[in-house]
Amino acid sequence: MAKIRGAVKVDTEKCKGCSVCLGACPMGVLDLAKEVNGKGYNYCYMKDPEKCIGCASCAIVCPDGVISVYKVKVD
Amino acid sequence: MAELTINDIIKEENLVYKKTKVMTDNVMHYCPGCGHGTTHRLVAEVIEELGIQDKTIGVTPVGCSVLMYNYLDIDMQEAAHGRAPAIATAIKRVMPDKFVFTYQGDGDLAAIGTAETIHSCNRGENITIIFVNNGIYGMTGGQMAPTTLSGMKAVTCPRGRDVNTMGYPLHITELIAQLPNVRFVTRQSVHTPANVRKAKAAIRRAFENQKDGKGGLSFVEIVSNCNSNWKMTAVDANKWMEENTFKEYPLGDIKIDWEIQEGKISLRNRKLDY
Ligand SMILES: Cc1ncc(C[n+]2csc(CCOP(=O)(O)OP(=O)(O)O)c2C)c(N)n1
Ligand code: SF4
Ligand code: SF4
Ligand code: SF4
Ligand SMILES: [Mg+2]
Repeated sequence: MAKIRGAVKVDTEKCKGCSVCLGACPMGVLDLAKEVNGKGYNYCYMKDPEKCIGCASCAIVCPDGVISVYKVKVD
Repeated sequence: MAELTINDIIKEENLVYKKTKVMTDNVMHYCPGCGHGTTHRLVAEVIEELGIQDKTIGVTPVGCSVLMYNYLDIDMQEAAHGRAPAIATAIKRVMPDKFVFTYQGDGDLAAIGTAETIHSCNRGENITIIFVNNGIYGMTGGQMAPTTLSGMKAVTCPRGRDVNTMGYPLHITELIAQLPNVRFVTRQSVHTPANVRKAKAAIRRAFENQKDGKGGLSFVEIVSNCNSNWKMTAVDANKWMEENTFKEYPLGDIKIDWEIQEGKISLRNRKLDY
């Protein structure tokens, strides 16, 4: 059965750590890092990358447009 | 089959979403989580999808979004506070083949610019108005706007808005929907993925209405947040907005192709409502 795997790439230097994407993710993939970026924001990262389905929900709600989404079909 | 690594997935050929090229790479100055950024991007995505980047002229307001011209890679004109629809009127009349839009906050559109809003709508200028209503003057530090909710605190109404002395939250969107030359009026939000999709479809329709020759003005209200002046986190502000602002300003289409949608405009009865 074909399975979908996704992944997101966050432009961590431009992320403002607002957390809006965290609640938008249906799979609970995202979290804020303990570390901060150059602006002092805890940036978003994939805490649980295995669960990502590449649905782009996180990316379309990100006010700063810093998330890119990738998706593959695995047989 | 060997396990896929993240690097196997993050490859150009697997890309399904990234920021549109109609947005510049400038970092937006907005507070973390502010809906202005999301709304800018939706306008940019619609411009990209319609292939009208070199045919679109935007008019920016005074307010937090005053610097929008730094973030969209299109021709833009800055207007004096509240006067964006007057400038847009002139641009559209001189260049009727261009897609012309204004982008305005609630202080800009529903306070200082009320006259320009009402009269451009009444004339039915063939433009698109994007109206970001966060119920407050964001840029200047959180003063009450005509749209501020009843009982809501702002720096100029520290005990909360009193409707008896300060008026009721102004439903400018329902007011302009009643003008015969106004074609499309809708109220949306951009705080969840589902709302983002609906808001984008509405913005797209509002731009498409400029090209079918039927004319009319299209008006898209985005109910949004101002977490900094509401003094909340972005996530809490979005939740507060769902629980409070949406009750005053319900989401949905109000007028489509000159037809008021059923049940969308009701007159407020002062005695019954408060
Ligand atoms: C003629 C004039 N009057 C007043 C101001 C001060 N001023 C700047 S922005 C603003 C209100 C902006 O509020 P809004 O349109 O709701 O935008 P927001 O920042 O909330 O997005 C005011 C009163 C000004 N710049 N020019
Ligand atoms: S929504 Fe965007 S800016 Fe906010 S935390 Fe997520 S990636 Fe960062
Ligand atoms: S693409 Fe979908 S599943 Fe993956 S992190 Fe974003 S919201 Fe979550
Ligand atoms: S002050 Fe309010 S409207 Fe302005 S950028 Fe900050 S959150 Fe957005
Ligand atoms: Mg405002």
